[in-house]
Amino acid sequence: MGELSRMWRETDHRYRMVGEKCGNCGKLYFPPRDICPTCHRDSIGKMEDIEMSGKGEVVSFTIVHDVPPAFTRQRPYILAIIKLEDGPSMTGQIVDTLPSDIDIGTKVRSVFRKISEDGHSGVIHYGYKFVRDA
Amino acid sequence: MKKSGIVSYGSYIPRFRIKPDEIARVWGEDPENIKNGIYILSKSVPAPDEDVATISVEASRNALKRGKINPKDIGAIYIGSESHPYAVKPTATIVSSAIGANFPMFAADYEFACKAGTAGIQNVKAMVDSGMIKYGLAIGSDTSQGAPGDVLEYSASAGGTAMILGNEGVIAEINHTLSVTSDTPDFWRREGEPYPTHGERFTGEPAYFKHTVSASKMIMEKVGMKPQDYDYAVFHQPNGKFPTRAAKLLGFTEKQYKEGLLTPFIGNIYSGSMMTGLSAILDIAEPGNRILAVSFGSGAGSDAFDITVTDEIKNMDRGSAPTIKKMLADVTWLDYAVYAKFKKKIIFGDAIE
Repeated sequence: MGELSRMWRETDHRYRMVGEKCGNCGKLYFPPRDICPTCHRDSIGKMEDIEMSGKGEVVSFTIVHDVPPAFTRQRPYILAIIKLEDGPSMTGQIVDTLPSDIDIGTKVRSVFRKISEDGHSGVIHYGYKFVRDA
Repeated sequence: MKKSGIVSYGSYIPRFRIKPDEIARVWGEDPENIKNGIYILSKSVPAPDEDVATISVEASRNALKRGKINPKDIGAIYIGSESHPYAVKPTATIVSSAIGANFPMFAADYEFACKAGTAGIQNVKAMVDSGMIKYGLAIGSDTSQGAPGDVLEYSASAGGTAMILGNEGVIAEINHTLSVTSDTPDFWRREGEPYPTHGERFTGEPAYFKHTVSASKMIMEKVGMKPQDYDYAVFHQPNGKFPTRAAKLLGFTEKQYKEGLLTPFIGNIYSGSMMTGLSAILDIAEPGNRILAVSFGSGAGSDAFDITVTDEIKNMDRGSAPTIKKMLADVTWLDYAVYAKFKKKIIFGDAIE
């Protein structure tokens, strides 16, 4: 049940890419942070929710062949570090794309996809992944 | 009172496709018989991480983007599908959260075979007209099921369309809507069963044609229109043949129905079928165009809509979200083995998923 409540608490971040903006220095963070690592205590109470655009470009990537069991149907899959237009860099899966069609600098945009399922009777977890931005 | 109607629209069709030749190869059938019999040249297939919730969210986001509508102004969400991911837990809750809508929200999932999405349009229109909400979101979306080797496997596909209704900034006024309903056992899926059962040839005359043609005639009579008065006509599309025949029976020409006829290229997306055809028409429609749109749901019933495109459509940047034409062109072809893997026709043990 711990996993269920953790995923539920992260719904805004996972569904809509809601990060944080430091009200002190203006820097954006994704995933969200409670305190700005630059401004420290000066940012307390000043961190504001902000939705990322979901657009970015691939900074680095890897092709995962030895996949976790839940990703068997998606083997091999692409995992990338993506620099968002909004500023933050993050890790994300790139889907609907052949490994040969991805490269450093490829433009991507976020999409809403299934992330995992807690077995056949458990809850379905949804969140962001990325596709090439044609 | 201002006339309500469609304020914005958005669709989503998965990029994966399979051809009937590939399915027929596996089951030892003649692909030409299939193509000629049901006029389906390819169908869409959802990726392993796509379902009705993800398709509905993508279609809704496209509609919000195209209409430049703040999700906080959406007051109701109704989603029609016969493949909701949960038996109990509404897809509408997931969509509401994913688009960033408000906590005060009318929401529910609908099921009426292939016309549950258009039932949502009627519901939302009534709520707009009554002043209960400013904008409402009606979605028709499916990842439909067809048993391996069954004729439905050639047509059952995936996709969805979201329509935002309101009475401000209306791009297409809904002049009138009506429905017909009867207890007709042409197609069903019992609780817990993975695949539907159909009445084969019984599905035609007493089900699809009776309801679709009747609803079309009734609404044209109600609004005083004749087939030749319409610029476009779009019908539910379980295959490529039925809507073509219904259109001809009613007196429509190919010019009127061809733009909304998508099943030959993407298959039958069930609750999203007619709505996605309407979406393709709205992609190209001009002010003043008149559209007849009629859905059909097995069980059975039809929802008919008489629509007039307004000048407001000129102010909409229709290319700001993917058009149907763009989605039809953006394709990755699958063979049957990968299709079977994606559609979970190959079953893994509990230890894997």
